[in-house]
Amino acid sequence: MSFMKSILGSAAALALSAGAALADPAIIFDLGGKFDKSFNEAAFNGAKKWADETGGSFREIELQNEAQREQALRRFAEAGSNPIVMAGFAFASALGEVAKDYPDTSFVIIDMVVDSPNVRSVVFNEHEGSYLVGMMAAMASKSNTVGFIGGMDIPLIRRFACGYAQGVKAANPDATVVANMTGTTPAAWNDPVKGSELTKAQISQGADVVYAAAGGTGVGVLQTAADEGILSIGVDSNQNYLHSGKVLTSMMKRVDTAVFNAFSDGPGLETGFNVMGLANGGVGYAVDEHNASLVSAEMTQKVEAAKVKIVSGELAVHDYMSDESCPALDF
Amino acid sequence: MKPIPRWADVALIPLVSVAFAAICAALLLLAINEKPIEALMLMIDGTLFRSSGWGFMLYYTTNFIFTGLAVSVAFHAALFNIGGEGQAMLGGLGVALVCLFIPWPHWTLAILGATAGAMLFGAMWAAIPAYLQAKRGSHIVITTIMFNFIAAALLNYLLVNTLKKPGSMDPATDSFPVATHLPTFQDMSALLGFEKMFRGSPANVSFFLALIACVLVWFLIWRTRLGFQIRAFGKSPTAANYAGISPTWIIMIAMVISGALAGMMAVNTTQGEAERLILNFTEGAGFLGIAVALMGRSHPFGVLVAALLFGFLFQGGAELGFWTSIPRELILVIQALVILFVGALDNMVRMLVGQIFASLGYKG
Repeated sequence: MSFMKSILGSAAALALSAGAALADPAIIFDLGGKFDKSFNEAAFNGAKKWADETGGSFREIELQNEAQREQALRRFAEAGSNPIVMAGFAFASALGEVAKDYPDTSFVIIDMVVDSPNVRSVVFNEHEGSYLVGMMAAMASKSNTVGFIGGMDIPLIRRFACGYAQGVKAANPDATVVANMTGTTPAAWNDPVKGSELTKAQISQGADVVYAAAGGTGVGVLQTAADEGILSIGVDSNQNYLHSGKVLTSMMKRVDTAVFNAFSDGPGLETGFNVMGLANGGVGYAVDEHNASLVSAEMTQKVEAAKVKIVSGELAVHDYMSDESCPALDF
Repeated sequence: MKPIPRWADVALIPLVSVAFAAICAALLLLAINEKPIEALMLMIDGTLFRSSGWGFMLYYTTNFIFTGLAVSVAFHAALFNIGGEGQAMLGGLGVALVCLFIPWPHWTLAILGATAGAMLFGAMWAAIPAYLQAKRGSHIVITTIMFNFIAAALLNYLLVNTLKKPGSMDPATDSFPVATHLPTFQDMSALLGFEKMFRGSPANVSFFLALIACVLVWFLIWRTRLGFQIRAFGKSPTAANYAGISPTWIIMIAMVISGALAGMMAVNTTQGEAERLILNFTEGAGFLGIAVALMGRSHPFGVLVAALLFGFLFQGGAELGFWTSIPRELILVIQALVILFVGALDNMVRMLVGQIFASLGYKG
């Protein structure tokens, strides 16, 4: 009997402690997992930076399946987490359902727009950042052929590819862009071996700069590019350090900033539509000590000139999502 | 091997196996400085002491019943259908087409139409490897697993290029019309006056569809001529052939039924939960069906019990993910330990239990 009591007691204590943490922020990672060296990891780094700077704590979960999206949102909202940040466009429909049930909780969704008074939608102009690294790729290429390796063939990745191809053509109209997608299942976001195979295939087609927009798969792309003596371009996080002197640059998508800002703003944060583009440093290209020798003065000058034009609106980079077609690349 | 009583075979051995798996999992948790008893309590509390926990458990269970039955039917014909995943994907396509393009007046009719669509598409996807096995001798294990990848590629292509809602970033179809939405357990308990029950959980009427499927599969396998032929072929193809049972017919029909059952999983996930067709809605349930069928000894009742256990492990695993820092890879390891002990190391436990009964003087 006392055994039963202690079991029930500890269950009750757990249930209580589960609801005790009030107003800590929470972050939900997408199926790719927290340590993908890319998108989710950038989100985690933003959260960790906030925790280090403020001494605060946050809840987190790596999802295991699709049905958990709504469950995770509800459980965290019920436990009092606020704000709740979710990394990935796939949360949109679950959030649409949940947001109205918890009007006092602030939600932040990255990469997608959800129209609700308590939701901040953060979207990135990936095509603008990809345009700039595309220009750099074309200028660094000696064979006039550059590669693109995406994760899955989804609209988001087509947006990366389309911006990149436009940048390549802008810097060198005669250049060829070889584009491949890694796979058709979510495993494609974390398949470095396949990334490596595709890189070799693209090298055999003449590519000497390869841009990876494929989450954890990109680690294999960068590795093989370094081994085979060609240049690569990282994505989302600054990946220049992975192979110092062999990664041309990284297309920075500052998911970490978006998460850090959301956590810092705290409960009741300003909601609405939040575009992270070149103008506010939401996207960009990375230059540090690892790739300084690869980026020539001419490259910097031309890319900076294009950046100024994009920010001022003089140069419009075509967004694949605007009409679901791409002038510079066929899918 | 020593004889054991039937009740021990059916009930004691799975229990002992699960206990072994639990002990191993507990040691693993101790090794990473987590508290196993508290973890177990958290799993039980979040699954069995909350109505929404039940809602999630039964949602997973519904998937596992369908895929477990699918693998079981093929097992009875000595066919190893690893293609449940792909057949379920095609089933989802069937559900989506039926729900999007036919104006259903009410969900009761829509669920019949969607079930027919799911069964048809799943069966078609299983029929191709079945034909290749029956007529060309291409091994069904290889062809069905390859067809999973083809199904994934097909679904990806269709969702990105033709079925996607225009202008959306998400590779998914538009939401199905409201008339096709299935009542969830929450809706049903609200009818009975319990508004707060099963809140936010995805279990829906297709759970009852799964229970009906269990009964029908039992009837088919043990109470019909076709079921006898399937079992006879499974035990000895040459003897069955000699008795006038056509191998081609049995391979085709068993795989078509198997594919139809796997496809029906999509009624639960696509029509019941997501209410639109998304990429990746199968999430490995097609593969887990193999473990469920092994554990359930290919018997519909066993499949039901095994599916409940895995439903508990999935929902309990989610609770661990929410409230502890146990990494999700380790939650997967715990689930794998159960599969290992119950499915693969069955004989080890059986010999142990047999020894114990022999020393107690049991002669069989």
